Amino acid sequence: MEDLNFRHRTRARAAGIRTQAIVGVVASGNLEVLAERVLPDTECSVEIRTQAVGFGEVWSAVIADFVERYSPGGLRLSINDGGARPDTVSLRLAQAVRSMEAST
Amino acid sequence: MSEAQTARPTIGAAVSWYEASARTRLDLLLDPGSFVEFLGPQLRHVSPHLQLFDLPEQFDDGIVVGRGRLDDKDVLIAAQEGRFMGGAFGEVHGAKLTGLLRAARDIKSMPVLILFDTGGVRLQEANAGELAIAEIMRAVVEARLAGVKVVGLLGGRAGCYGGGGLIAGCCSALAISELGRLAVSGPEVIETNRGVEEFDSRDRALVWRTMGGKNRRLLGAVDAFVDDTVADFRGAAIELLRAAETFGVETLRAEQTRLEGRLQRFGSCKDALEVWGALGAPEPKEIPSLSAARFIALADALQLPPHAAR
Repeated sequence: MEDLNFRHRTRARAAGIRTQAIVGVVASGNLEVLAERVLPDTECSVEIRTQAVGFGEVWSAVIADFVERYSPGGLRLSINDGGARPDTVSLRLAQAVRSMEAST
Repeated sequence: MSEAQTARPTIGAAVSWYEASARTRLDLLLDPGSFVEFLGPQLRHVSPHLQLFDLPEQFDDGIVVGRGRLDDKDVLIAAQEGRFMGGAFGEVHGAKLTGLLRAARDIKSMPVLILFDTGGVRLQEANAGELAIAEIMRAVVEARLAGVKVVGLLGGRAGCYGGGGLIAGCCSALAISELGRLAVSGPEVIETNRGVEEFDSRDRALVWRTMGGKNRRLLGAVDAFVDDTVADFRGAAIELLRAAETFGVETLRAEQTRLEGRLQRFGSCKDALEVWGALGAPEPKEIPSLSAARFIALADALQLPPHAAR
């Protein structure tokens, strides 16, 4: 297992009023993302525990791209990864942000 | 049942129970927006064992527990996630279900729904998992003795095997889909221990007609057969919570009598096809290909041995 942590400044606060959401499951080629609205609106953190060791640079690029696209300000995103491909990771992160947008 | 089902006519009608995640099943099974989770993923009660094996954890340890409303009535509910480690029981996973059942025992007025999706005990934490199975079985029986109905729904990807099969056997009532499989030892386990002549695990038709939902319904191991949709499972859950019998020593005696009768009647059968023939099914070979609706009509017509015992 490998632990990775990323912290980014964000342009704007993540939309919606939900305080928490979870998407995905931990399985081969899949991952879960737990989103929690616990940070200042200008910050985002992503904490990853992954089964695939040695892909820090790929994660760094995927997370940077995600933050640029979605500006998930205020969110702490915690990931348990079962060796998902970068495209799957991107989709799950987008799904997590969308889930937080729900009004209830 | 039709009146209850119309309370939520369309939602879940097109959603496959087998394909859905544990959280989606909960969401669509219960009255909209009524689910409240206990010990949610944000608390991070993960397995204390998996890290030792360098394996990834899941924040809910593969089971979601909580309360909600079903057809406007309060229920306690647990759903296993079959895609995380085969839905297997570990220490935390098991403790969450034990706690839910003990709460039901103490509260007395809230029935319990268990959405099984499990291969049995998680081998990486086998002792803790085996203990969890024993604790859960005791908790099911204690809850039932306190007058609580415990209904199991079987239709997940992992089936319901190992200790999960034992727990299911302790429930007040069960509903199953064709894709649901209910057994203790799985196909590969039987073949490994008893040889390929005893059970060929690669013979998928054999596996399905032995452990699959249709045979379990015809043998009286479950109380209801449903199509693989969340809406059908919802209808069955409402009906079984209404119809399930109370529990006591007399129930167990009646169940013992029922099982003795079943063994006497079908004990010499070598294959599920023979059992179905002995039950009076006109064309046993056609049963695996029957649609859910036609199968339910056939099963109801075959006048199965009463299994209200349980």
